[in-house]
Amino acid sequence: MAPVTEHAAQDFPTAALPLLHNAQLRSNVRHATDVIQGKRFRVVHEMPDWQLLRDAGQRIRQHALEYLDGYLEQFEHHCIAAGGHVHWARDAAEANRIVLQLARNETGRVIKIKSMTTEEIGLNRALEAAGMQPIETDLAELIVQLGHDKPSHIVVPALHKNRHEIRELFARTMNLPELGDRPEDLTEAARVYLRQQFLTTPIAVSGANFLIAETGGVCIVESEGNGRMCLTLPQKLITIAGIDKILPRFRDLEVFLQLLPRSATGERMNPYNSLWTGVRPGDGPQEFHVVLLDNRRTEVLRDPESRETLHCIRCGACQNACPVYRQTGGHAYNSVYAGPIGAILSPQLALMKSSQSLPYASSLCGACYEVCPVKINIPEILIHLRGRVVEGQPKLIRALHPEAVAMRAMQWIFLSQTRLKLAQWLGRIAQRPFIRRSGWIEKLPGILGGWTRTRDLRPLPEQSFRAWFQKHNPSSAEAPHD
Amino acid sequence: MRIALFITCYNDTLFPETGIAAVRVLERLGHTVEFPEAQTCCGQMHYNTGYQAEALPLVRRFVHIFQNYEVICVPSSSCVAMMREHYEKIAIAAGDEKLQAAVVALLPRIYEFTELLVHRLGVEDVGATYPHRVTYHASCHSLRSLHVGDVPLRLLQKVRGIDLVPLEGLEQCCGFGGTFAIKNADVSGAMLEEKLQCIQKTQAEICTACDNSCLMHLQGAMHRQHASVRTVHIAQILANDAPSSTKLKGNL
Repeated sequence: MAPVTEHAAQDFPTAALPLLHNAQLRSNVRHATDVIQGKRFRVVHEMPDWQLLRDAGQRIRQHALEYLDGYLEQFEHHCIAAGGHVHWARDAAEANRIVLQLARNETGRVIKIKSMTTEEIGLNRALEAAGMQPIETDLAELIVQLGHDKPSHIVVPALHKNRHEIRELFARTMNLPELGDRPEDLTEAARVYLRQQFLTTPIAVSGANFLIAETGGVCIVESEGNGRMCLTLPQKLITIAGIDKILPRFRDLEVFLQLLPRSATGERMNPYNSLWTGVRPGDGPQEFHVVLLDNRRTEVLRDPESRETLHCIRCGACQNACPVYRQTGGHAYNSVYAGPIGAILSPQLALMKSSQSLPYASSLCGACYEVCPVKINIPEILIHLRGRVVEGQPKLIRALHPEAVAMRAMQWIFLSQTRLKLAQWLGRIAQRPFIRRSGWIEKLPGILGGWTRTRDLRPLPEQSFRAWFQKHNPSSAEAPHD
Repeated sequence: MRIALFITCYNDTLFPETGIAAVRVLERLGHTVEFPEAQTCCGQMHYNTGYQAEALPLVRRFVHIFQNYEVICVPSSSCVAMMREHYEKIAIAAGDEKLQAAVVALLPRIYEFTELLVHRLGVEDVGATYPHRVTYHASCHSLRSLHVGDVPLRLLQKVRGIDLVPLEGLEQCCGFGGTFAIKNADVSGAMLEEKLQCIQKTQAEICTACDNSCLMHLQGAMHRQHASVRTVHIAQILANDAPSSTKLKGNL
């Protein structure tokens, strides 16, 4: 089973529950997302042409995916011509096999640049199972790795931790009992630890932000420079990239190197923008491999209603803007990709066979769509995927599930004004046992019990609006429709 | 002007006072309100929960009932959002060109209540008096689907005696989200709690909005927690025309 589906047993509401009771985690998530959102707001609103950039970003991504086959071959051709090797991986298992073969070396270690794609295929576990040690070099990924934790955010994977928690972790795992908790102390500890790895590890594994079809080049943006170390010091570099990462032309970077940093970290430009094409004698890694990963992306492309999910450039802006993510953090989604984009991407990558609670993990408030740099209409796709979840239910569940029964009953009622009036009358009678002394309903049975967990409900009033209107204006009543 | 009112299923059933208020405001402005009796529901709950096949007959029914009216008023931005964002798509998915054409012809004549007043009728001062401290909650559908902007606030600012206080975190969802409030009750409750804290910080007596759905959710928690603030739909504030009245025509 693919890693994206491994925790499918626990649905979103269940996984969210313990997180909602974790006050420290919620305060960390709120603080971090508020800070990033504030920065994003400033650097987005200083741009007079931001909406035009979003349009351009959307169109380029749309075009790239429409002609994906051609662009991928173009990328392969140019990459090989520049001295690189290109591998095609149908799924996670195949990708891991390829990387394992390439990564074996006498030190038994590989250094890694932060990559969601390697999370998606569970590369670290595959390397460890083969007796190798992957070393995360992105500061936040290192924190996650040392804590045997999971990333909770696409861009800021340790966003759920504050610096005191990180200090404890470093002090324990790096054996530094005297370590302070200022950002400088923590960075210094990581630097000392990582320098040694950079200088002694012969192989690096990276993801990719963009693949350039026109040149066969690969682009990675980052803030720390640790990625740059991985891209330049080792003898061998292995890049794993989803086939959706393609941009047609080099000049398309003009658009995306504006959209991405401003959306992701609220920076005008990333501190480190690395671009490389194949290999160059005497400069950087002398052996370069790209693994092009499908892992069901071609399946996502099949559905015209939701394929724009693959436009995503993994900026994480939707996570920072999402009021649901804000309450739970990323772990509630039980998938590599959390937040609104995870809620649409993960179930599709799992062929709608798991992660089925994720399309419902949204109030459809639309904040994600508003901030998406490539204008993915996430709320629309969420609704579409909800439809696919319902459609995909076995017939028996569709016939007997309380929600499905309620929906059919409500439809039947709404298809006749007489039935609606009757239902309103019945509702007024049926609610009587539930009305408390306060005059309100404080506890409801069955699926409606979710409502009264945190909220009271005002009972149905004695008179519906339509009854009032009939008295107010008897002449305006029209011939019944049903 | 003859204005057809689509009251929406939950206002009809749970919040008749909102419909009554909308009728009073429109009649006070000299318009005639009609209520097509056959109306029921726009289909939003079915559609947004994934029961899209079940929504289709409700969409057909709505379009059939309202297609001959010149101006249609809906005191709920989420129902209007359902129509504007999904009706045409639903018709296309059903392969029904006639329905699609009817939807395209009908949509420009559908107005959310505050949109109708300001954009169609050109009124901002509806002659209301409401001597209370009020904060306005922007529902997500009014904000991001209808883009009503400051329309509701412009109406509220013209109300005599009102003490309008801005709400912190205005653009953040209250956590209602239709069936989300039940299917993800705990997360919805956490979002609600954060919104409630912002509302209470304003020390307002009343929290208003264009959507009774958000307000029902907020009021439910306010009642549970014995909060001093209550919710009132914007139509009820705008309908209040007794200058000396301090009695609240609210969701009591």
